[in-house]
Amino acid sequence: MRDYVQTAATAARIAEAQARYVHTIDDGNCVEWPEFFVDDCFYMVTTADNFAQNLEAGIIWLDSKAMLHDRILSLFEANVYERHSYRHMIGQPFITSIEGDEVECESSFMVARITREGPTMLFATGRYIDRWRLTDEQALIVKRIVVLDSGYIDTLLGFPL
Amino acid sequence: MDGARPTSETTPRWAEEDGGTRVPYWVFQREDVRRLETDKVFHGPCWNYLCLECELVAPGDFVAVHVGETPVIVTRDADGQFYAFENRCAHRGSLLALEDRGNVKDFTCVYHAWTHSLQGDLVGIAFKDGIKGCGGIAEGFDMSKYGPRKLRVQTVEGMIFGSFDEDVDDLEDYLGEELIGRIARVFNGRTPVVLARFTQILPNNWKLYVENTKDSYHASILHTFFTTFELNRLSQKGGIIVSEEGGCHVSYSMIDRDAEEKKKNASLYSEQKIRSDKDIALQDTSMLQGFKEFPDDITLQILTVFPNFVLQQIQNSLAVRRVQPTATDSTQLHWTYFGFEEDTPEERKIRLKQANLVGPGGYVSMEDGCIGGFVQRATATASGERAVLAMGGYDIGSGNDRITEASIRGFWTEYRARTGL
Ligand code: FES
Ligand SMILES: [Fe+2]
Repeated sequence: MRDYVQTAATAARIAEAQARYVHTIDDGNCVEWPEFFVDDCFYMVTTADNFAQNLEAGIIWLDSKAMLHDRILSLFEANVYERHSYRHMIGQPFITSIEGDEVECESSFMVARITREGPTMLFATGRYIDRWRLTDEQALIVKRIVVLDSGYIDTLLGFPL
Repeated sequence: MDGARPTSETTPRWAEEDGGTRVPYWVFQREDVRRLETDKVFHGPCWNYLCLECELVAPGDFVAVHVGETPVIVTRDADGQFYAFENRCAHRGSLLALEDRGNVKDFTCVYHAWTHSLQGDLVGIAFKDGIKGCGGIAEGFDMSKYGPRKLRVQTVEGMIFGSFDEDVDDLEDYLGEELIGRIARVFNGRTPVVLARFTQILPNNWKLYVENTKDSYHASILHTFFTTFELNRLSQKGGIIVSEEGGCHVSYSMIDRDAEEKKKNASLYSEQKIRSDKDIALQDTSMLQGFKEFPDDITLQILTVFPNFVLQQIQNSLAVRRVQPTATDSTQLHWTYFGFEEDTPEERKIRLKQANLVGPGGYVSMEDGCIGGFVQRATATASGERAVLAMGGYDIGSGNDRITEASIRGFWTEYRARTGL
């Protein structure tokens, strides 16, 4: 029973943080995206096939919060693309392990893309394979592997997943 | 279903004198052009990139790819040789391979279990002799007369190419010495390992993407990552090489040591510090700290082989790309990132970091995935209008200049010669 309460409380904290994560990317100030991560975080976007075959390169591969910052900076200051936005739907986190203040979990996601010309379309589905660090004040991501279900990516992967 | 517009009955005429300099937009739109390309280009006397040798290690290993829009299986048989044939059953045409890769002892069709060898020969027919003397295949049926079409296969530096035309020139001649030298430069006798594979879907005709890869003119204009963050501190020089027929090319840039020396001397007198207008900087520049991989000073080399292949070296980020049309206005771009077994862990990590430069979200290539779509949309009702390729003159020669469209003119020159358009 105590385990269940602990797991449920942990899941609730992560779900709350993910809700803010989504708000930040889709509706808030996307520049704050790196603030969800610890300084020496790891973030990668890969495909289910590559993940299953242990292929180590990503479509995006960042191994510090500074690199996440740079990614957002480049998107807003350097790169050229047509106006578009994402809408994330993240499922409930499935907690796979709790060790001290570190929690491993997986969450499914769907991301729709809204473009300048044309209707909303389903852009990506997949799962986050995460390691979070929960302290009294904060819930931060130590490691997030974004595993896309499909190996096919439409045109452009810009904003964070 | 593709977004092709209804097209007029006969293929429009493309003025002879346009050469590779004026390109009518209907070549990116018409179904008849798409069919002609299947015939004359992808099934014609051309070498199409298939896969890397390192993807077929053991006998029975196979990969399923496409040559143009034709599904193809590439295998390694027990004799150690590579084979390629259509992914199409000899019987009534079902797909034979239903996975992207794997290891098999033969290809037995799921529909009626006709069996094909790893070389693409029909070798077995289910219930060939019927049951209890009833049914079975027709008397005198000769299995050797049936089978998927085969490709001629040749390799260069660990890469496998295939051609549907038996009489195609040898791959070595098709590529030419200069291109082979530039390919060998990248592989340099090492053992490639695949680091990732994925496919980018492009909302445009395949030739718009090919144009983009040969376009050394746009690089510093469309892609502003390096200039925004002032990362091109070293003086660069470069050039392009265009194959004799025009369809293959290399464009490259390298550190200009002379200019660097002059700059160093000049800065002894003027201790000027260059500041960016925006005053923004990357926080983690480790991505750009490459390692010395090649004996020369070439930091970027893009090499294309007509019709479907790109070999990329951007600093230490290496990849092959296979271009696959899927409709007049849709293309699949198959990326394979690679490194080498010889990489140290530090070198490997740099490759993983520098892979951020390329792909559908790459700092210097995310724009390339969109630009073809912009052209496709803008020209939808401008079929008879023509693009103009006049940068660097009108010829298709090699040169020490990247502000040129010579390699794109080269592509169209060879394309026209092969298709007769
Ligand atoms: S279609 Fe393949 S066995 Fe009949
Ligand atoms: Fe480009």
